[in-house]
This record gives sequence, structure tokens and C-alpha cells, in this order.
Amino acid sequence: MSAVPVDLPRWADVALVPLVSVIAALFVAGLVVVGIGENPLEATALLLRGALGSAEGMGFTLYYATNFIFAGLAVAVAFHAGLFNIGGEGQATVAGIAMAIACLAFSALPGFLAAPFAILAAAAGGAAYAFIPGWLQARRGSHVVITTIMLNFVAATLIVYLLREIIGKPGSMQPETPNFPAQAVLTPMHQWLAPFGIDLPSTPLNTAFLLALMALVAVWLLIWRTRLGYAIRTVGANPRAAAYAGISPATVTMIAMAISGALAGGLAVNEALGVQHRLVLDFTAGYGFVGIAVALMGRGHPVGVGLAAMLFGVLYQGGAELSFDKPAITRDMVVVIGGVLVLFAGALDGLFRRLVASVLHSGREAA
Amino acid sequence: MDLLQLIAVILDSTIRLSIPLICAAMAGLWSERAGVVDIGLEGKMLIAAFASAVAAFVTGSAWVGLGAGILAALALSLVHGFAAITWRGNQIVSGVAVNMLAVGLTIIFGNAWYGQGGRTPSLEGPARFGEITLPFARWAREHVPGLGLIYDEVVSGHAAPAYIALLCVFITAFTLKRTRFGLRIRAVGENPAAVDTAGISVAGLRYGAVGICGLLCGIGGTYLAVAQSAGFLPHMTAGRGFIALAAVIFANWRPWPALGAGLLFGLLDAVAIRLQGVTLPGIGLVPVEAIQALPYLMTVVLLAGFIGKATPPRASGLPYVKER
Repeated sequence: MSAVPVDLPRWADVALVPLVSVIAALFVAGLVVVGIGENPLEATALLLRGALGSAEGMGFTLYYATNFIFAGLAVAVAFHAGLFNIGGEGQATVAGIAMAIACLAFSALPGFLAAPFAILAAAAGGAAYAFIPGWLQARRGSHVVITTIMLNFVAATLIVYLLREIIGKPGSMQPETPNFPAQAVLTPMHQWLAPFGIDLPSTPLNTAFLLALMALVAVWLLIWRTRLGYAIRTVGANPRAAAYAGISPATVTMIAMAISGALAGGLAVNEALGVQHRLVLDFTAGYGFVGIAVALMGRGHPVGVGLAAMLFGVLYQGGAELSFDKPAITRDMVVVIGGVLVLFAGALDGLFRRLVASVLHSGREAA
Repeated sequence: MDLLQLIAVILDSTIRLSIPLICAAMAGLWSERAGVVDIGLEGKMLIAAFASAVAAFVTGSAWVGLGAGILAALALSLVHGFAAITWRGNQIVSGVAVNMLAVGLTIIFGNAWYGQGGRTPSLEGPARFGEITLPFARWAREHVPGLGLIYDEVVSGHAAPAYIALLCVFITAFTLKRTRFGLRIRAVGENPAAVDTAGISVAGLRYGAVGICGLLCGIGGTYLAVAQSAGFLPHMTAGRGFIALAAVIFANWRPWPALGAGLLFGLLDAVAIRLQGVTLPGIGLVPVEAIQALPYLMTVVLLAGFIGKATPPRASGLPYVKER
């Protein structure tokens, strides 16, 4: 162990290290499966069949992946600015609230305006709620990690109150809003693709998936092809150097947090506008936290985030199918795998880089 | 019910609700004073709650439960220490991992073992910590007006881990302030290089602090599952680890104020529960959520420097790199 950064070839850094940590994480998950007395190989086979074995399974997998793409991108963009946004859950919650208010207050909007307006409202809500910790860090020096944690809880109590007292469905005991106007909700993919002669089974997969793919491209363009992206990366790498180069770290912090929050709002778009067609309590369902694992595993790059989101989509959908056959293995396994991955690909990154480096070096010496 | 009785009842539930917060706040204090940021208090309490409930159910002894709870929290502490101290990983990331692991593992194992969606079977008799009646409590209630009632209702009648927790506050305050070990812990959180120069192991001290943090989280988690409730429920810590984190910040990383902050947040919780569904003149139905959100909001406002100033230990969150 030494403080000298481990030297790795680029391909190993971007592909091999994450791959090794994923395999190690899945191995740990396998141990947990053994621990509850099930066969991990059988479980893996069931999981893969459930997630990828049918068009329906694939649809569900991609629908879950949509959530993970948004959550992962939100964390990744903040990472590039050197910020750790654990507020994805809260930002998505406020995005959902903003979207619900927009949908219900402007229910007369025509179809071609209603959905874009709702999506913009979600993005604005998420951005505004992430801007607060961004502003607090940039201007008042309070750490973004603590403020986003605290604001997660504030959002969680806010939505309970609003759904019960203000925007809840009248007469309903469920904490939910009335249904959004039909012209505002997003089209399911099987309906959207039907005119092209593609016949898909009915799944929750909706056009928010296309939005997620666009977000992947947009984030890539933003981070690596624009002036703002350059500023974000510079501040993330070295705020003092950035200030010296005429970039204001404070401004970039606030902008990066706002973009991050807007991306987290995608969760609300996929869940509320795409599937539930109304706002329900707890629709974020922990996706925001798994997004941290997605971003860490994907090394903050949209390609990596896309792949990691697919992996978690497979785990989520496969896990649901698996728990039908093996009730002992519930979907909470995904949270365990996410946790192990956050540990391995994030906190123990140094250990895994060293492992990979020592294997590569010994290979070189042998050759 | 007269006013005094009402106050006594609210203060009593304040203590009950504050004990987990106080334990976790002391835990966070130890870790952070040594320079290791810990947002995994929540996860450690959760896993301790689970382990203690399981052990207490299996053995029928609440004390074995306490031991198991402490061991489970210690194990997660070591994971955090290994990542944050030995491998100098990001301490926030490691804390997130600890929280996720605790949520997932408790439900999976709870469901696999007992098949009730993650709950553990309910604890009865000696498997649960009973209420301890302090000496003279009954006598004081009858013979000392006012104070006697408060003594019997508020001070007396709590479970053993509650008194252990309060003792821990005293020990924490004394150790950090008055002992050599405490001085070193504080030094390692402010200026690890100086400690290192004096020939004392930075990693050793930090592991020590992280271990104590695990121990205290273990007591807090056990109190939740084996004293306050009669068994484990999924997600039963419900953000208490984060409120404790807020209490630590609120107290500016000092033990006695952290006790105060813990009690204050406990009081807010007790009042919120009391006011559930109550209509007050002039306000209408009390928005209980507003009271529940207060600890979080107050912390944000405090951190922003609008009321007082939060000054964390100087080296907190920074891995110590020896070679320079």
C-alpha cells in the first residue's frame, strides 16, 4: 500500500477495474444466496431468464434501466464537478410534485404541449431542489453531502403532507393524486412501435426510455464537447486551478447541481408520467441511491452509466421473477448488490486498482 | 389529565425517542472527532436492531441480543474503517455502501429465516429489556409533590440500554476531554500529521474511534428492536441515524450539546406524535410533517451559517497520507 497512484493502462482503468469489481460484487451476492440456503447458479439462471428470456422480460428490464439511467446520470454529472449529490431521491420527489402540479393545474393544454410541459416542470422542480444545496455550498460553505441528505427527508415529509392535504385525490384514502390528463401521459413503447409493424407485449416501458437515451447523449455532449462541460470537469479536478483560469467554481457548482437535479427529475417522468399516470407516495423507491452505484460503476461516463443501468435493470427485473420461484431471494438482493458495488467500485477503488495492477504487472514480468 | 401529568408523559416519551438518537450521535461524534466522516450510522443501527432481535429471539435473552447487536454494528464499522482508513477511500461513498448493505441484508435474511417480509418474531419476557423502576420511584410519586411524579414518570421506568446510553454520554464527554486517549482522538481529527510525528499510529486511533462508533450504534439499534419495540421491522431506524448526524452538527461536535440536540429532536418527535390528528384553535389540523421536518430544516439552516456556525474537525473526511 502506498500513496503513489497506481499506474494502469487506460483500457484497464475504464473497463477492467469496473468489471472486476462487478464480478466481485456478484460473488459476494452469491455468498449471501448460499447463506440463505439457495443455489446461486440456479438463482442466476432464473434471474437471467426472467430479465432477458422473453420480450416481456426485456421490456421490464429496459423500463427499470430507464430509472437507473436518470439516477446514474444525475450522480455522474455532479461527480464531474467534484460534488457528491446523494439527494437524487429528494430531487426526484420534488420533480414529481412539480410535475403533478403542472399536469393538474394546466390540464387543458393540448396533447403536443402537455407532455413536454410536464417534463419541463419535472426537470425544473428537480433542478430547483438541487440548486438549494448547490447554492448553500457555493455561497455559504455548507457541505453538499449533508444538505442533500437532510433535504431528502424534507422532501419525503413534504410529499406526505401535499398528497394528504393539497394535491391528493379527493375522497381517496391512498396517498396519491388524481390521474393526470390523458393527453399529458407518455405513450407505452408497445403502442408507440406498433405503427412501425413492431409487435411487443404490453410492458411499463414507455417513451421515457427514449428520453433517457437522449439524456445519455446529451450528458456526453455537455461534459466533453461544451465549454460548460470543460468548466465542470476543471472545477471537479482542481477548483483552484479553475478559478485561476477564470472559471468561477461557485457558479459551476450551482449549475452542475441544478443539471444533476433536473436529471434526477427523469425518475419522476418515467414513473409518474410514464407508468402510474399519477403521483404516488414513495415512487422513487430507492432508485436515487442505486444511482450512486450506477454512476460509480460506470465511471461517470454515459456509456458506462448506460451499461451499469442495464445491469441493474436486469438485476431488478430478474430479481422480481426470481422471487416468484424462490421466495427467500427477494428483490432487496439488488440493494445488497448495489451496496457491495458502491463499496467495491467506489470506496475500495484503490484496492481493486492495486489488485488489477499487480495481476497485470506479474503477467508482464512473466512474458 | 392535569398539566404536570401531561408534561411528564411527553418528557417520558421524549427520553424513549431520544435514546437511539443519543447513541448514534455519540457514535458519530467519536468517529468524526477522529476525522472519519460517518454517514453510515443509520445502517449500523439498522443491522444492530436486526441482529439483536434475532439473537434475543433465538436465545431468549435480551442481553445476548445486546451483544449480538454490538457485534453486528462493529462488523459494519470495520468495513467502513477498512475502506476509509486502510484504503483511504471516499468516506461518504463508504457510508452510503454501509447503509445500502444494512437495508438489503436485514430484509433478505429476515425474510429467509422467518418469512414475514423481513420482520422477526415478536419478543416476550426476558427476551426483551423490561422497564427498570429506580429506587424510591413509587414512594416519591406519592410523597413528593411535583418532582416525585417527574422522577417516577420521566427518570425511572426505562429499559437498561437507555441508562447505558446515558452513561455513555458521560463516558464520552469525560474521555474526550480529560483523558490522554481522548486528546489523541481529537488531535487525530484536527491534525493527524502532528499525531504521526509524535509516533502514535493514526490508523490505530482512527480504528479505535470507528470501533467505539460501532459499539454505540449497536446499543442504539438494540434499544430500538429489543427495548422500544418487541422485534425487528424492515427500515425500522427510519432516518434516526441521519437525525443523529444532524444532532452532531448541531452540537458542533461536542458531547453534552449533542445530548441536548438528541433530546430536543426527541422532544420534537414526541410532540409530533402527540399532536397527530389534533386540531388547535387558530391553526387547524396540526401539520405534523412540519414538526417532523424540523430537525432536517434546522440543520440545513445551521449549516448555512444563518444561526451560529458549524465547525467540523479540521481533518474530517480526509484520508491520512503519510508519505509527503
